[in-house]
Order: sequence, then C-alpha cells, then structure tokens
Amino acid sequence: MSSLIRVDQLYRYYGDQCAVNNVSFTLEKGEILGFLGPNGAGKSTTMQMICGNLAPTSGQILINGLDILDQPREAKRELGYLPEIPPVYRELTVDEYLEYCAKLHQIPRSQQRKATDHAKERCGLTEVAPRLIGNLSKGYQQRVGIAQAILHSPAVIVLDEPTVGLDPIQIREIRELIRELGESHGVILSTHILPEVQESCTRVQIIHQGRLVLNDSIAGLEQQMRASSILLTTRLTPDLASLYAIEGVHSIEELGENRYRIFHDKDKKPAEAIAESAVSAGYGLLELIPERRSMEQIFIDITQHSVLPEEQAA
Amino acid sequence: MMAFVIAGRELRTMFLSPLAWSILGVIQAILGFMFLSQMDYYLMLQPRIAGMEEVPGLTDLIVAPLFANAGVILLLVTPLLTMRLICEERRNRTLSLLFTAPVSMAEIVLGKYLGVMSFLFIMVGMITLMPLSLLLGGGLDFGKLAACVLALGLLLAAFASVGLFISTLANQPTVAAISTFGALLLLWIIDWSGNGASTANSVLTYLSMLRHYESLLKGLVNTTDLAYFVLFILAFIVLSIHTLDNDRLQK
Repeated sequence: MSSLIRVDQLYRYYGDQCAVNNVSFTLEKGEILGFLGPNGAGKSTTMQMICGNLAPTSGQILINGLDILDQPREAKRELGYLPEIPPVYRELTVDEYLEYCAKLHQIPRSQQRKATDHAKERCGLTEVAPRLIGNLSKGYQQRVGIAQAILHSPAVIVLDEPTVGLDPIQIREIRELIRELGESHGVILSTHILPEVQESCTRVQIIHQGRLVLNDSIAGLEQQMRASSILLTTRLTPDLASLYAIEGVHSIEELGENRYRIFHDKDKKPAEAIAESAVSAGYGLLELIPERRSMEQIFIDITQHSVLPEEQAA
Repeated sequence: MMAFVIAGRELRTMFLSPLAWSILGVIQAILGFMFLSQMDYYLMLQPRIAGMEEVPGLTDLIVAPLFANAGVILLLVTPLLTMRLICEERRNRTLSLLFTAPVSMAEIVLGKYLGVMSFLFIMVGMITLMPLSLLLGGGLDFGKLAACVLALGLLLAAFASVGLFISTLANQPTVAAISTFGALLLLWIIDWSGNGASTANSVLTYLSMLRHYESLLKGLVNTTDLAYFVLFILAFIVLSIHTLDNDRLQK
C-alpha cells in the first residue's frame, strides 16, 4: 500500500528565485500534517504543486501512487483543495455552487444530493444553503470553500490556511472538523498559527526559505519542548559552586535579586537535587519552576538558525 | 462531457448578471430599428421594381443587409461577453477550482467557449426571428436565409474564439475587451490597405473577415470561406488551451 502523498525532491523556481528547494515528504492515511512557516516560506507554492495548480520545476509528486503530472485526471480525483482565497463564485447560491462542484468532480447524479447534503452538514452550511455566496460573511465563504474540498470525499485534503478570517468559535469548529477528517482521510494543513498545529495535527513540518527544516511528529516536538532550564528564586544568595556540582547542570545565569536560570541536560531532571541542596544549605527556597520551550520558541529558533549558515555561505 | 458542465454554469452565470440581458435587449432594439427602416426602403422600392425581371427579392433587400449590420454591431459587443471568461476567474482566484478538479485544460477552454457560444446562438436565434416575421406577408428564399444564419454563426464563433484567447492572456477584463475589439476590428478592415493585385494584397484580402462574411451573406456557401472560419476558430482555441496551460507552468 503506497502513501497517500509522496513528494520527492521538489523544486520550484520563479525566475531566478527558488521558492521551493528540495522538499521531500510523505503523508499516510489518518495523518494530519501541519505545514508551518513564516510568510513567503513556500507553503502555498508547495500546496499548489501538490494539487496540480502549479507545475514543479523538477521533482515528483505521487497522489495515492498516481503521478500528478502523468495522470492528472486520476490523481485529482483523490484531491480536495482549499486555496488561500476560497474559490467560490459570488453570484451563485451555496446550493448551486456545491452542485456545480459535485458535477465537476463527476460524482454520479444519484449520489450528488447525498454528497452535497453531507458536506453542508459537516461545514454547518445547511441554514445558509439558499443564500448567495457573495452575501455571506468571510467565515461562511471559508466554510463553503472547505465544503467544496471535502465534497467528493477525496483521499487527500489540502487546506491552505483554513482558519484565516474566522471568529474563535468558528475556528474551534473548523479544528474539530479537521480532526474528524483526519480520521478517515489524509490532511495537509498549512498555517502560521502555532497553537493550531499543536491542537489539530499529528505531524509537523516547518518550511523556511523553501527548505524543509523540521519534520517531526507532535510527540517528538513535545520532546523538544521539554524543559531544558529551571528558574530558581531564593531568599539568600546561594553558593553557585554547589549548584554547579549537581549532575546535569550546564550553566547558571544570574537574573538579579537572587533569581537564577539553571540550564541543564534535557534528559536529566536536576530539580530534586537543586531543591535538596537549597533546603539543606538553608537558602530559603522561594521558587523552582521548570521552564518549557513554547512552540513559538522552537519555531523562531529553527527559522532564525537556518538563516545563519546561508548568510555565512554568501 | 465535463466541458458541458462548465458551459452550463457559464451560461447560467451570464444570465444572472444584467449584462447578458441588457446586451440581448439593446441588440434586439437596434437591429429591430434597422430591420424596420430596411422594410420602409423596400416598400418604397417595390412599386418601381415590380414589373422588372431578375430583380433582387425580399431576402436580398432586407435579410442580407440586416445580417451585415448585425455582424458590425456584434463586433462591438462580443468583446464585452468574452472579456470575463478566463480573466475574471483568474482575478477571483476561482481558476484553482477548475485546476484541482479532474478536468483537462482543453475541457476548461472548450467549456468556456461553448458557454459563450450558446449565448451567442440564442442571440442569432432572436435575430433570425425578424426575417421570419416577413413570412406573415410574403415569401422568403430559405436557402439564402440559411446561408445568412450560417454566416453570422461562424462569424460570432470566430469573434468568440479571439475573445476567449485574449481573455486567457489578460489580467483585467477591460483590457481583454479593448484588445479583443482592436484585434477584431483590424481583422475586419485588414484588406483596406492597397488596391493593387499583388500577392501581399491577396493575402490581406484572404485574411479579412469581412470578405468571407460578405460572400457567405450573398448566399455563396464556399469551401474557402468555411475553411477560413473553421481554421480561424480552431487556431484560437488551441492557442487558448496553451496559454491557460502556461498559467500552471510559470507565473
């Protein structure tokens, strides 16, 4: 059984500018892949290529084992795509639009009704079905876009920033929907909102300047986020040498007023030893807080660090 | 098959906007006026030519001029209909819906073309109703009428193919409209330059749409003219498919 998506050494140039540089990854059934990156990192370009909206400069994309360039028709049957701007016709009603999409995707006439009803229900569109799309709010238009992408129940659903412009309640509903979709389909989700990835994805990829700089499961990312520093506050000035002696401690940063940040090995947990030594020496332990790296920090670390080698090379 | 789905939506969307209705109305009113003045002219002429032999009949004096006028007026109007075809979808970013669907570029282009052609055929049908109304009080040369309808149909198909092609090139509907109009007008009058019998001149004459249209209107259904229109239409449709495919290759 082949992967739902297999992307192999994908390159894309716009003139001299390289927008996507040697990106390879796979997506399996039941996975929700979060595609993260700052603006202009190449997220949308990659997604457009996966969905056959843009031809790659070089590289291969297989959808369900079918090459998107050699067998576009068969491959596209397995695809549902929501671009950044939902591709909706403002002058049609939601019903008319979804009916048109169903025909475009060659859903048999007998099942069209069922498919559109199902999509409307999932995206909460049943009430606005007879209304013109142009008169709907941005959030509802976005939902119509999502409905269009899941209408023909494709194997792969590609969503480019699906929660932009939605209110917090709608965002929660959409995330819920994405999680549901992830159970039976493969989903790729691009976003620059980090909590979104943490909440709904099973795997994360960070793309920066066209390169894939991180490809990890959410669990792996949690691992990276685990504490590597402890914040210590004492009443009296502690003897730093005794703290350095504790196993796993790398360095101690003085923050003033008897506050210290203790950096340590990721795998070691020196908190207990620090507490013991503070109590036994009588410094008056006030605070001992393991610090967690947020996803933002990891993201910023990765994206900024990967800039450096390139600048040095230049 | 998929082209018909796209054509159906195109036609429906056209009638959802006031543009299609106003074009139909305005064209009908103007041509109706021209038709009536042509009738007046014929009624004035009739007593004088009544006794003569080999005189032009009702069809030559009313129907052919009506279709000739219709050709010129639709030269002005077709660009307005075709400007939005691909251009607006590109602007509204709805093209990606078609690109992601299991539909080939050729089907997208053909669908768009058939959509606008069905609208233009409705127009031809409405224009043909005017000469048919003459049957109430007289007879018509149906062969010549059929040639006229065929001529207008082919002419509009040629106009639409140029319009479609320019719409795939342009980024703004108005730019597409004005360029289409310019291109069509140039093709219409291209034989005006020079009067000699040089080869260059005969090529220009062959290229002129007006010449082919006029010869069909006379009732001469000539293979040269038919081939001209068919080749013309095919060329621009193929060009449109290639241009649209280019959208995917680079930006």
